[in-house]
Amino acid sequence: MLTLSGIVIVIAGFALRFNPLLVVVVAGIVTGLAGGLSVEKILITFGDAFIKNRYLSLFILTLPVIGMLERNGLKEQSQIVIGKIKAATTGRLLILYLFIREAAAALGLVALGGHAQMVRPLVAPMAEAAAANKYGKLSDELRNKIKAYSASADNVGVFFGEDIFIAFGAILLMKGFFEQYGIIMEPLAIAVWGIPTAISAFIIHAFRLYRLDGKIKQAMEEAK
Amino acid sequence: MIFSLEYVYYICGILMAIISFLAFKDQSNPKRVLTAIFWGIFAISFLFGKIIPPMYMGVAVIIMAVIAGIGGVRLGSYSQSTEEERTDRAVKFSNWLFVPALLIPIVTIIGTLGLKEVTIAGLALLEKSNITLVSLGLACIVAFIVALSLTKETGLQSAREARRLVDAIGWAAVLPQMLATLGALFALAGVGQAVSTLIGSVIPLDNKFMVVFAYCVGMALFTMIMGNAFAAFPVMTAGIGYPLVVVMHGGNPAVLCAIGMFSGYCGTLMTPMAANYNIVPAALLDLPDKNAVIKAQIPTALVLLTVNVFLMYFLIFR
Repeated sequence: MLTLSGIVIVIAGFALRFNPLLVVVVAGIVTGLAGGLSVEKILITFGDAFIKNRYLSLFILTLPVIGMLERNGLKEQSQIVIGKIKAATTGRLLILYLFIREAAAALGLVALGGHAQMVRPLVAPMAEAAAANKYGKLSDELRNKIKAYSASADNVGVFFGEDIFIAFGAILLMKGFFEQYGIIMEPLAIAVWGIPTAISAFIIHAFRLYRLDGKIKQAMEEAK
Repeated sequence: MIFSLEYVYYICGILMAIISFLAFKDQSNPKRVLTAIFWGIFAISFLFGKIIPPMYMGVAVIIMAVIAGIGGVRLGSYSQSTEEERTDRAVKFSNWLFVPALLIPIVTIIGTLGLKEVTIAGLALLEKSNITLVSLGLACIVAFIVALSLTKETGLQSAREARRLVDAIGWAAVLPQMLATLGALFALAGVGQAVSTLIGSVIPLDNKFMVVFAYCVGMALFTMIMGNAFAAFPVMTAGIGYPLVVVMHGGNPAVLCAIGMFSGYCGTLMTPMAANYNIVPAALLDLPDKNAVIKAQIPTALVLLTVNVFLMYFLIFR
């Protein structure tokens, strides 16, 4: 039970706004000690796990490309393109992106999208521009809200689409896990039972994105 | 194989080394030495990660956290293009600007789906066991070359632009890996067992709804703690899902898995521990509130979790 102190440190550290990297390291050390691990083992685990999980940082390889394109007007061009589509509103654009992201993920095309690859350079500027074209200059608060919702569309889309793809790692993890209990399941069976949730996720989040248009309109009218 | 994941890491390492060097030279950053050391250690982890003994790497990781904790990772100055220049160039390059950006996901998919079995002179072209990641690396190289030839920028300028973006993300760039190390320590210390024992001791075991509720909400909560539903799944399922829902009450395991994992994902939407989905994007989008993405997601996550509990309750005992 003492090992749960690590969890307490994480929650408290994040809530008290200490630097998360430091919080995580302290929590790790405390958990390790509470769990009876030697200092040496703790250090080795830190190093080993850090190296094994380097793939989590591969997004930095997209940055030179995105940076170069932004320097040469990528965001501005995104806004010009959106300006030409009369029916484009922030909400509709993000609902469309949510749909594409979730459908592509369900087909195994999880690479189509992503925060560094698509949200920052394309989706967020377009979402902002759709609102700006309609209402004029947006407040910082509103622009940040639109950007946050753009990121949320990517997350909700990929999370609730990917488990419908039968070869996806999560499904294989679950299948393998139950095999140790002697229960054999078909990947398709697991995928199919995910469909109600996947559809619910789309409906719930699309509805909130639809309401975002109303919130933007209200904020801009209040600002007048 | 010709392209392995290790080569992709070497390229990351070279990029981070250049960024570290540029950070060191940037006089406008009062903490330039600490900032340079931070990114330098990151570069070393990519370049020499397989060679350096894990214990020393562990010490280096702790040093990175300390540097970040004392505010040593700072922004510098960047010779950015002006808004006027960018608008002019947007008109000049028009929709060609989208080509390199879209090449990244497209080439990744081509590699993952199409190039899996391709061999050249008997050697596999791409490392099969990590095909998506290697394809991503390849895609970034291709997009980089196309972007360079389109914009006529220099390689060094692209490194400067990358540095601008990396600095904007800041120490958060390393948070996903750091959280993975915490996950490893939790696993070794048996945190999972402690949590499921705790939950198992408070729920009324013969109530079908409560057991389903405990499993789904437990998945969400434990995912919020671990930052990762895959880490929560074995613990929650072994502790509650399998013994109580499947064995004791005869629930369908396929339903348990599918809806259980999705309940975990509801947790992922709400936790700063899922740094690469919630915190890094907030930094990447220059949001002053690091939790802004989470805040935009919480209502969806809570409603969906509720829906999940009822879906599981009505579907699992057929």
